[in-house]
Amino acid sequence: MDTNQYQIGQNYDEMFAEEGKCRTHYQDFLNILGKTSSKRMSHLQFSANKTQVAMGMTFNVYHDNQGTEKILHLDIVPRIIPNKEWAKLEAGLKQRIHALNLFLQDIYNDRKILKDKVVPEDLILNSKDYLEPCIGLTPPKGIWCHITGTDLVRDKNGEYYILEDNLRCPSGVSYMLESREIIKRAYPDLFNQLGVMPVSDYPAKLLKMLQFLSNKTNPVVGVLTPGIYNSAYFEHSYLALQMGVELVSGVDLITKNNKVYMQTTKGLEQIDVLYRRIDDTFLDPLAFNPKSMLGIPGLFEAYKAGNIAMANAPGTGVADDKAVYAYVPRIIKYYLDEEPILNNVPTYLCREEKDRNYVLENIEQLVVKETNAAGGYGMLIGPKASKEEHDKFRRLIKDNPTNYIAQPTLSLSTVPTLTDEGLQGRHVDLRPYILYGEEIEVIPGALTRVALTKGSLVVNSSQGGGSKDTWVLYK
Amino acid sequence: MLSRVANSIYWLGRYLERAENYARFIDVNFNLMLDLPPDLKEQWEPLVFATGDGQLYTSKHKGFDRKEVIYFLTFDTDNPNSIISSISFARENARVIRENLTKETWEKLNELYHFVQKRAGKKDWNREDPRVFFESVKNQILLLYGLSESTVARTEGWYFRQLGLYLERADKTSRILDVKYHMLLPSPNMVGTPLDFLHWTALLKSVTAFNTYRRLYGTIEPDKVISLLLLNKYFPRSVFFCLIEAENCLNKITGGLNGGVRNSAENEIGALRSKLEFADVNEIIHDGLHEYIDDLQVKINRISNKIDANFFQIKDNFTSQHSIQE
Repeated sequence: MDTNQYQIGQNYDEMFAEEGKCRTHYQDFLNILGKTSSKRMSHLQFSANKTQVAMGMTFNVYHDNQGTEKILHLDIVPRIIPNKEWAKLEAGLKQRIHALNLFLQDIYNDRKILKDKVVPEDLILNSKDYLEPCIGLTPPKGIWCHITGTDLVRDKNGEYYILEDNLRCPSGVSYMLESREIIKRAYPDLFNQLGVMPVSDYPAKLLKMLQFLSNKTNPVVGVLTPGIYNSAYFEHSYLALQMGVELVSGVDLITKNNKVYMQTTKGLEQIDVLYRRIDDTFLDPLAFNPKSMLGIPGLFEAYKAGNIAMANAPGTGVADDKAVYAYVPRIIKYYLDEEPILNNVPTYLCREEKDRNYVLENIEQLVVKETNAAGGYGMLIGPKASKEEHDKFRRLIKDNPTNYIAQPTLSLSTVPTLTDEGLQGRHVDLRPYILYGEEIEVIPGALTRVALTKGSLVVNSSQGGGSKDTWVLYK
Repeated sequence: MLSRVANSIYWLGRYLERAENYARFIDVNFNLMLDLPPDLKEQWEPLVFATGDGQLYTSKHKGFDRKEVIYFLTFDTDNPNSIISSISFARENARVIRENLTKETWEKLNELYHFVQKRAGKKDWNREDPRVFFESVKNQILLLYGLSESTVARTEGWYFRQLGLYLERADKTSRILDVKYHMLLPSPNMVGTPLDFLHWTALLKSVTAFNTYRRLYGTIEPDKVISLLLLNKYFPRSVFFCLIEAENCLNKITGGLNGGVRNSAENEIGALRSKLEFADVNEIIHDGLHEYIDDLQVKINRISNKIDANFFQIKDNFTSQHSIQE
């Protein structure tokens, strides 16, 4: 396939340093590409899509009444990260998760960081994600954020920036794992030659981490899912299958004497650890949202009594609020007395007057986000939006300033992507996964999300994004 | 095993078997019609009534046109028993318990679902010889059975699936036999004529029993055909055989006779199995085959309800033993 026509835009391109000049860590892949016809590439892409449908690798789209099942388009051109670059990411992510975990333990217990006024008290205590029932609680082994999927992007110079911390129930790891299997079939020889670090042991590591949370020698572990209509259901069942544990939903569980039991064909069986993929406030109608149909009455009492461990711990959401995000560099400094290894994107807090005025005046150049929305919803991309939308968001900000933050428009890096018009640069982000058990471990791989529409910066799967396999090299 | 999971596996077994039997029904009727003398009208009505979907059908259609009946039994999503509905339900059940299935099982079932959906979406589904389609549905389901047979561990889940499969098959074989009751001969004195013979042959072929019948019984005689399909101990689609297998599955699930104590599902199935064990085919014919079959179906339903009550709805009964850990 000819790459001479490939154009680099204004942004950092992961494969080409300049037109016609390939970065060294992509050279082997480029050689393969040179020997593969466009027709063959299209065919590989076609079989990749077909495999996904056959495997039922589908997600459900919210706000869509008809198409209930869609595949997340997997582009067959990989995103490759050399080891040196990865080493820095790894160190930076470990540092960040370490600090955020200390932060969570502190704000639910001693509140030192609030008393020292490093983080404003009202920002935390008034947050709807600060869960009162968790006050005074220390989760098993002192770990709050067991599974994290941090979002990063790269600017014009190729520098990495943390975009979001995603400490609640980050999804997408199943795509990382299954995409690798599909892409391996497409380039069987390349993996040996290039030295790509494996990700396939993720389920084993996840299980080990979950088991570590219980004091029993052989604890019963389950994945708790909201059910088949959840957009990430495929992932829930996939992880349960890969770990060889039960996939349970609210109706399968009951509590008794502060213990949690599964309803089996032979009666009740106690369960010790839940990898829960239900939002905090739906977990237990007695402790949180009384209208929750998904939850298990009494689950939180059992958790408090230490009879069940949950990953992630309820209450972590407060720390991945988009306003708290702005304080993370200070949080790292406060607990670890270290400089942050990875950059934060400069963030304007609309709750603060000076920042707010700046945002209102410069909204055309900024990205405005709701502090507690996810999935690319409730978001304004200034340079791409109309005048009406700018005005609408000015109003929204004035009405409820604490609800909004703004950031400069980021120039997301591009990776060559197979389109109908041949290879073209498309914008990507990066979501590595971090497990916190006996120690903090960053999985050498990631979900790379790609905005398939030309020029688009929105990579969310619910809004036309696709994915790429991400290769972290041994070298 | 989780009750919810057991429930889904049981119904996965039932729906797959149901789809396979519907494919057999239609395929065989189609073949039969090709053999009829030209002055005889095609009979598609018996199929609709034997499957128990008659009421729904007559509310939607006036006559029993071949194309309409085939569509109704195959692609009509309003019909909860049509092939497309059964396969969709089977897949939905599989989807909620995917972590309990082997990768191949899920993928092949998913393929089958997309295969049927695609055909249903075609306006001219009827243009090609539909038998190719039914053959393919049947073969894909048999492939799933083969995959499970050689890859699935014989633990509780396996037995719940087989239990569903055999109860469904017992029900469907009885219905295939009932087709003959609904299949009218032009006049009563045509019993024993070549046309009558054709009907019985078609029945046997629908359950792949024609050659077996020839070897075991020789000439085609109604009482012997009924014997093979209802009471034979060795033929894997006979009602009696299916009940023996289903009873074995139940015993495996409960751990067998626990000091003589049986649960109500085991009681029901044991009673029906022994009824067939000691049945006499001439008495059945004398008392009325259609009535006998009706009664069979009611009893099979009752067994299914008892299974539901004993395994899928239970909550607390064994707590005392099972809450003691390690």
